[in-house]
Amino acid sequence: MFHSIIALYRFEFLQNALLSGIFIALAASVVGYFLIEGGYTFAGHALPNIGFAGAAGAVFFGVRPVYGLFVMTILAAAAINAGGREPRERDVAIGVVMTFALGLGLMFLSLYGGYAERVYSILFGTVLGITRSDVIFTAIMSLVSVCLVLVMFRPLLFIMFDPFVAEAKGVPVRLLTLMFLMIVAVTVSLAVQVVGSLLVFTLLVGPGATASRLTSGPCRAILISAMLGVAYMVAGVSLAGLSGDWPVSFFIASISFLVYMPVRMFFRKKGRLAALPQKVLHEHVPRGIVNTGENWKKTEARC
Amino acid sequence: MSLEAENPVFLREVRIGFAGRVIQEEMTFAIENGEFIAVLGPNGAGKTTLLKLLLGLVRPEAGEVWVFGRKPRRGNPAIGYAPQFRTLDTNFGVRARDLVGFGLDGHRFGPGFPSRKRRELIDRVIEEVGAAGYAEAPVGELSGGERQKLSLAQVLISNPGLVLLDEPLANLDMAAAREIIGLVGRLRVSRRVAVMLVTHDINPLLPHIDRVLYLANGRSAIGAPQSVITRETLSSLYNHPVDVVEAMGKKFVLGVET
Repeated sequence: MFHSIIALYRFEFLQNALLSGIFIALAASVVGYFLIEGGYTFAGHALPNIGFAGAAGAVFFGVRPVYGLFVMTILAAAAINAGGREPRERDVAIGVVMTFALGLGLMFLSLYGGYAERVYSILFGTVLGITRSDVIFTAIMSLVSVCLVLVMFRPLLFIMFDPFVAEAKGVPVRLLTLMFLMIVAVTVSLAVQVVGSLLVFTLLVGPGATASRLTSGPCRAILISAMLGVAYMVAGVSLAGLSGDWPVSFFIASISFLVYMPVRMFFRKKGRLAALPQKVLHEHVPRGIVNTGENWKKTEARC
Repeated sequence: MSLEAENPVFLREVRIGFAGRVIQEEMTFAIENGEFIAVLGPNGAGKTTLLKLLLGLVRPEAGEVWVFGRKPRRGNPAIGYAPQFRTLDTNFGVRARDLVGFGLDGHRFGPGFPSRKRRELIDRVIEEVGAAGYAEAPVGELSGGERQKLSLAQVLISNPGLVLLDEPLANLDMAAAREIIGLVGRLRVSRRVAVMLVTHDINPLLPHIDRVLYLANGRSAIGAPQSVITRETLSSLYNHPVDVVEAMGKKFVLGVET
């Protein structure tokens, strides 16, 4: 098994797929953590779908799909930011924009009428046809995205958690949210090319969701999220390579699901096993008080 | 600039509006260093808007506003602020100490590498508000009273000279409310900070506060509780008969929705 995986990576296209995949997974899982914590998961679902419309439009007009992806997702990010801060209102606006974009994508598709393979690969991704220069481009863009997120780390977390105090403290809330959504748009556009627009969501949300169940500090959660994301990608590309023509996105989505489910079941509370607090609650703690100092000192760990 | 303008808060003839409607007019008062002020009044009287005015988030329609002798501005480090109805997401993976840390450097760029100095600062202020027992707990699992203490720690960690607390006692039971009030009372003495605390129930605050700022009906009155919370002052503020009844050492305002 191990030898056959090593043997796989003699193929340059798989090397390229793996390398781009790793950078994409890194960016997507770091960005994804903030998407989850900031309540922007619906935006994370909508952006790739909107990107699909852009890619379909690009195919129709005879330019590279990746240009369409970037243009549409970045425009959509700006629109989502303008849609307001109140989550419900924002989600409705996102839904309207997304369905409009999907409709537009469908129209481009039916007008195009050509060979559907290119469109199919936008929807579901492909490990084929990734060149060395694609890898370099993806690596640079992903690393820039991750670095920007790290620069904005504290104010961004502050905004996601407590927007009113952040604003009073002088954090440029609107500007930073816009920048963050732009970074999401770039990440999504990169990721669509490998995992496809329908399944980008798994890479954005899967690792972050699992990580924030496993731990409760933001730094640790982001580290775990990044490690999980990269691991899913390596496993996904390798399994796709081994299986021949099975799609990468299928494997990544399945692994992400299979890891998330048990974590979700056993870690009910942030960073703690489900069985533990129940026991502590009944044995030592008077009714009405959930936590005692002792209880938390034990799980203490720093980021 | 007069001497009064050096006070933590100084307002002269200030008019504030909200959504095209005047909500306060002719507000003139000063708050001195270390003073503890309770801000009272019915919903919509402008209590939160007044705090936002001091924070530089809302502009006055007329008049002068001075905060420590300067115009209000966003991100003023001299002010600590804890808003009303915090939508602290219970699923958010942030621990108590992270919440307090936001008050120290949440507005700064960069990833914020952990340092011993930062940790000690956070530990010290958490100790000061008596929250050391749950410093590592996820915020989502804390009670309302515990969160309020952490909120205070978050406010105090930047060493402000003026603290604005918007309804910190809402959704707390009497015991928890008393604990928070006692804590604020002690801290403002030990740290010599001026405090403006918005509340609906003056009674638990009476032993601790210096003055009351009462907003109602577009106007305001400020002074000692026994001179503001009276039949005469409140009736003239509301512009209709209001009664104040004292029973069991508590004041009850009758005839208005407070």
